[in-house]
Amino acid sequence: MLKKITAWVEDRMDLSTVRHLMLEKTVPKHRYTFFHLFGGAALFLFVIQIVTGILLLLYYKPTAGEAYKSVKFIITQVPFGWLIRSIHSWSANLMILAIFLHMFAKYFLKAYRKPRELTWISGFILLVLAMGFGFTGYLLPWNELAYFATRVGTESVGATPLIGHWLLQVFRGGEDVTGATLNRFFAIHVTVLPLVIIGILSIHLLLVQAQGMSKPIDVEEKGKIPFFPNFMLRDLMMWLGALIILLGLATFLPWELGRPVDTFASAPAGIKPEWYFLSMYQILKWMPAALAGIPGELIGIALINIGGALVLLVPFLDRKASREERSPWFTIFGILALVFLVAITVYAKLY
Amino acid sequence: MALSRRKFLNGLLGIFSLGGMAAVMSPVIQYLTPVKKQETAVSSVVAAKANELTPNTGKLFRFGSKPGILIMTPDGEYRAFSAICTHLGCTVQYSSEEQQIWCACHNGHYDLNGNVVSGPPPRPLEAYACFAKGSEIFVQRQKS
Ligand code: HEM
Ligand code: FES
Repeated sequence: MLKKITAWVEDRMDLSTVRHLMLEKTVPKHRYTFFHLFGGAALFLFVIQIVTGILLLLYYKPTAGEAYKSVKFIITQVPFGWLIRSIHSWSANLMILAIFLHMFAKYFLKAYRKPRELTWISGFILLVLAMGFGFTGYLLPWNELAYFATRVGTESVGATPLIGHWLLQVFRGGEDVTGATLNRFFAIHVTVLPLVIIGILSIHLLLVQAQGMSKPIDVEEKGKIPFFPNFMLRDLMMWLGALIILLGLATFLPWELGRPVDTFASAPAGIKPEWYFLSMYQILKWMPAALAGIPGELIGIALINIGGALVLLVPFLDRKASREERSPWFTIFGILALVFLVAITVYAKLY
Repeated sequence: MALSRRKFLNGLLGIFSLGGMAAVMSPVIQYLTPVKKQETAVSSVVAAKANELTPNTGKLFRFGSKPGILIMTPDGEYRAFSAICTHLGCTVQYSSEEQQIWCACHNGHYDLNGNVVSGPPPRPLEAYACFAKGSEIFVQRQKS
């Protein structure tokens, strides 16, 4: 049956590229082959986000008056609604974790080097978009923590020179965080970001397919693994692992809803953003009011942007790797960056 | 001729495309910019009943569309400020324990005059005038 259908399509269309992709794609086999599994994990979790997101849309209402109530309705009245919401929230976090692991894995393999600069750059854009998903989605239940997180987050955008105040207004839909902000975040979260991320993701995956899997510099290669079905099965094992972790977390630690927004209440003690924003949060917290006449938050935000720009430009900074030479300094720098990120995140979480 | 016909036409096309882009972007940008709401500027509000606060406590009140904070100092004096932290805009609270105004978001501390004691806030809290009239405490924007 399948053969017949393939033959029918083949009769009308050249399928040789697809066949080539399926049958001839290989993944180099070496000590770090498993480093190639995290991108797939991120992709898997992204698909889960799309499916559960569509399901949530059936009941969610994006207005200041209704949002909190509608989420409460989902988790208390709708059969398995609590599970769908819990999966969406947990999977969002796991996806961002998978993206970070994927990025560091590719970094240490120096997979960004020529000719894969564009894969790295498109990947970096995906990371920023994923964090955008996290930031906009966080506000949608219209709870207290999210309300203040959004006030702080959009206020820091306001520190951008020249157009800062305009940007702040565009994000907030006014001077303050109100129902108008919720409307805008909702639109960004469910239409703008999905469209853009699917476009960029297509480019990312197309590049990966067109260029094949990278090989690390100077690591002994022990042959090649056919992608289909051998490597695909490893991918599937990874997905299964991710699914088990996800379901465990979503079931036994259902995502909290918190208290509804009260615009005339104080920010609660212990308020902190999601873990992937903690490093930025800590930097903003450490900044003095002003340094040499420059406002502290402007310095903090500039530092965060410089950090991002450095990551984006890694393929062009690491000239040695582009010549297929080892670049131990970049490995050391990567380890330092990783240790710094983990340390500052843990510190921000604890204190 | 230094400027060939092709170059000239290409240049013209470029200018027209820029114009076309501007014609599309301008309404979009204006659409994105939120409409200014007419805020009826409140000049004074009732922040609390006279017997509501005890020394070394504070409460939030509505000052128009923004939160304000009224505190009674340990000496029994009333003080009122904007409750919006000058750092990144969280709503502050009164900490009786520290006898300071505190912002939970990045641990900013202000003293009883609204001046920054520690943490990242760059400026003092905006101070309001307050006075008792009858059984109510009124808060008023200070004339500058
Ligand atoms: C939504 C987020 C992302 C998804 C779904 C995704 C997906 C993938 C997938 C499925 C692969 C092939 C499998 C693999 O090598 O792991 C891949 C490869 C790659 N990704 Fe990503 N990715 C994302 C974000 C990123 C980020 C943030 C970076 C780095 C800044 C990045 C850099 C790369 C590079 C350099 C490759 C080439 C791999 C090679 O040839 O060795 N990606 N990505
Ligand atoms: S917003 Fe108050 S300390 Fe940062």
